[in-house]
Amino acid sequence: MDNIGVIISLILIFGGLVALFYGSLKGREVDRRIIFLFIFLAVAAPILFPMTFEEKATQVVKSVFDKVENLPEGSTVLLSFDFDPAMAPEVQPMANAISRHCLEKGHKIIFMSLWATGQALLSQSLSESILPGFPEKQNLVDYVSIGYKAGNEGVPNVIITDIQKMFPTDVNSVPLDSIPIFDNIESCKDLDFIVSFGGGKPGPKEWILFVGDPGGVPIGVGVAAVVAPQMYPYLPDQVIGILGGVKGAAEYESELIRVHPKFADMDTPGLLMMGPQTLAHVVIMAFIVIGNVVFFRGRRREKKE
Amino acid sequence: MKKTTFILMAIVSALFLLSWILKAGSLSGETDNYILQGFLVTFSAFLTLSVLSFLYADNPLYKFAEHLFVGVSAAFWMCMGFWTTIVQNLIPRLSDGLSKFFEQQPQPGDYNFFFFIPVILGIMLLMRLSPKGGWISRWPLAFIIGTTAGLNFVRYLRSDFIKQISNTFVPLLGTEWQGIGHFFSNLDLSASGQLVAIAANWVIFLGVFCGLIYFYFSKEHKGAFGAASKVGIWVLMLTFGASFGYTVMGRISLLVGRITFLFRDWLEIIS
Repeated sequence: MDNIGVIISLILIFGGLVALFYGSLKGREVDRRIIFLFIFLAVAAPILFPMTFEEKATQVVKSVFDKVENLPEGSTVLLSFDFDPAMAPEVQPMANAISRHCLEKGHKIIFMSLWATGQALLSQSLSESILPGFPEKQNLVDYVSIGYKAGNEGVPNVIITDIQKMFPTDVNSVPLDSIPIFDNIESCKDLDFIVSFGGGKPGPKEWILFVGDPGGVPIGVGVAAVVAPQMYPYLPDQVIGILGGVKGAAEYESELIRVHPKFADMDTPGLLMMGPQTLAHVVIMAFIVIGNVVFFRGRRREKKE
Repeated sequence: MKKTTFILMAIVSALFLLSWILKAGSLSGETDNYILQGFLVTFSAFLTLSVLSFLYADNPLYKFAEHLFVGVSAAFWMCMGFWTTIVQNLIPRLSDGLSKFFEQQPQPGDYNFFFFIPVILGIMLLMRLSPKGGWISRWPLAFIIGTTAGLNFVRYLRSDFIKQISNTFVPLLGTEWQGIGHFFSNLDLSASGQLVAIAANWVIFLGVFCGLIYFYFSKEHKGAFGAASKVGIWVLMLTFGASFGYTVMGRISLLVGRITFLFRDWLEIIS
C-alpha cells in the first residue's frame, strides 16, 4: 500500500512538474502559490507513505558520537536545550538521541536551558521520549534538570566559575548542594562534555565563547540547519563536532542504532524526516532548473528579435 | 464587516466547533479531560492553518494568529523570568518572609545585601513607563549596554578573531608528513586519509587568502591579484550556496513538523 502511494505521489508530482515546464516554455507564468502547492505535496506524500533512506554518519557527527561513546562511565555531561517550538522539529530529535546515548553509556546528565521555552520542551522530551526507555534511571542520581535562567550569555558567563551562583536549586527547588550529581561539580570546568542544542541567541555560539574557549571544556553542538554554516569555522579546535539540522539528527540516530542495536525500535524522527527532505529538495532543484531554462530561452529569443 | 468576511468567519467557526467535537470524541477513552485536550489540539491546528493561509494571501486569521503569538510569547518569557530568576535567585537572598510566601527555602548564608543593587536598577528601568521619569531608565540601560559590550568584546575578540586566525594557520602538508616517498608509498584516498587532509588544509588556506583579497580595495583587481579576487568571489558564492541549502533544509523541517502534527495529532491519519 505504501509503495503504491509513493509511486502515485511521485507520478503526480513529477507529472505536474513536466506540465509546468511545458507551460513555462510556452510563455505561461507560474504563480507562486503553485510552487507552494508542489512543496506541500512533496512534503506531505512521504509523511503519508513513509520513504526512508540509509544514513551514514559523517565525520562531524561521528566526532560527537565518539566523544559520548568513549567517555568513561559516570562522566558528567551537560545538555542545554536552547531552542523554542519553532526550532524543535529539527533540533529535538538530535537532543533526544544524544540524551538516550548518554544514559545508555551510564553518564550523569545535567539538563538545562538558556531559553524559557526550552524548559517546557526539555520536560516534554524527558517524559515522552527519553525516560520511558530507561525506567531504572533516577532523578537527581543519574540525571537532573536545573531548568532555565534569564540572563542570556550572562548565564554561561557565571556558571563557568560557579554553577550554584546562578542555579541555587534544580527545577523542582531541590538545593543543588544536596544533589549527588553535583558532589564533584562546582563549575562548568568540572564537566566532561557539554552539548548545546539550538540555533538562536543565546545558544551554541555563546557556549563556545563563554565556556568552551575560556574554560577548555569540550563542546559539541546540535544546531538548526540555518545556523550550521556559521558553526563550521569553529571545527575542530573550538567544537568537537556539529549536528547540522535534521540531517545531523538522522546521522546520529543511524549511528546510535548501528552501535547499540537495542535502540532499533526507538522513534527516529530524524530518519523519518529525510524522506520529505529529499523529495522537497528534488522539487526545489527542479524549479531552479525550470526557471533557468525558461530564463535563458527567453533571453535568447529576445536577442534574436 | 463585509458580507463575504462574515460568511467566511461563520464557516471557520462552524468547522472549528465540528473539529472540537470530533476530536474530543476520539480522545474520550484516552484521557479524563478530553474536552480540554480536544480544544487544545483543534486550536493548535487552527493556528497552524491560519499562519499557513498567509501563503495564499494576507487575511484576518493570519493577523489573529500572529498577534496572539507575539502576546503569548512576551507573557511567557516574562512569567518564566519572574519565577525562575526573581523568585528562585533573588528573593531567597533578600527576605525570609518573601521566601516563605513564594514557598522557597532560603539556605543559611543566602542573604546578600548587594542583591538590592539589581533590584534598584530594575525599578529604575521600569521608570521608562513614567512620562516624566523616563530619563531615569537610561542609567540602568547604560549599565546593561556597557556590561554586555564589555563581556562580548573580550569573548568575541578571543574566540572569533584571535582563535580563528590561529585556526587558519594549518600545516599545508598535513600533520603526518614524513616525506614524499612515504606519502606516495602509503597513498590513501579515503576521507580520513592524508591526501584529503592536505587538500582540506589547502582549501582553508586558499579560501581565506583569496576571500581577504576580494575585500582589499586599495589595489586595483587586475592580473594575479584580480585572479585571486575572482577565486575569492567563488569561495563566497559557494559559502552562500551552502548557507542557502541549509536554510532550505531548515524550512522544510519546520513544514514537516507542522504537517506531521496536522496528520498525526489532529486528523489521526498517520500513527
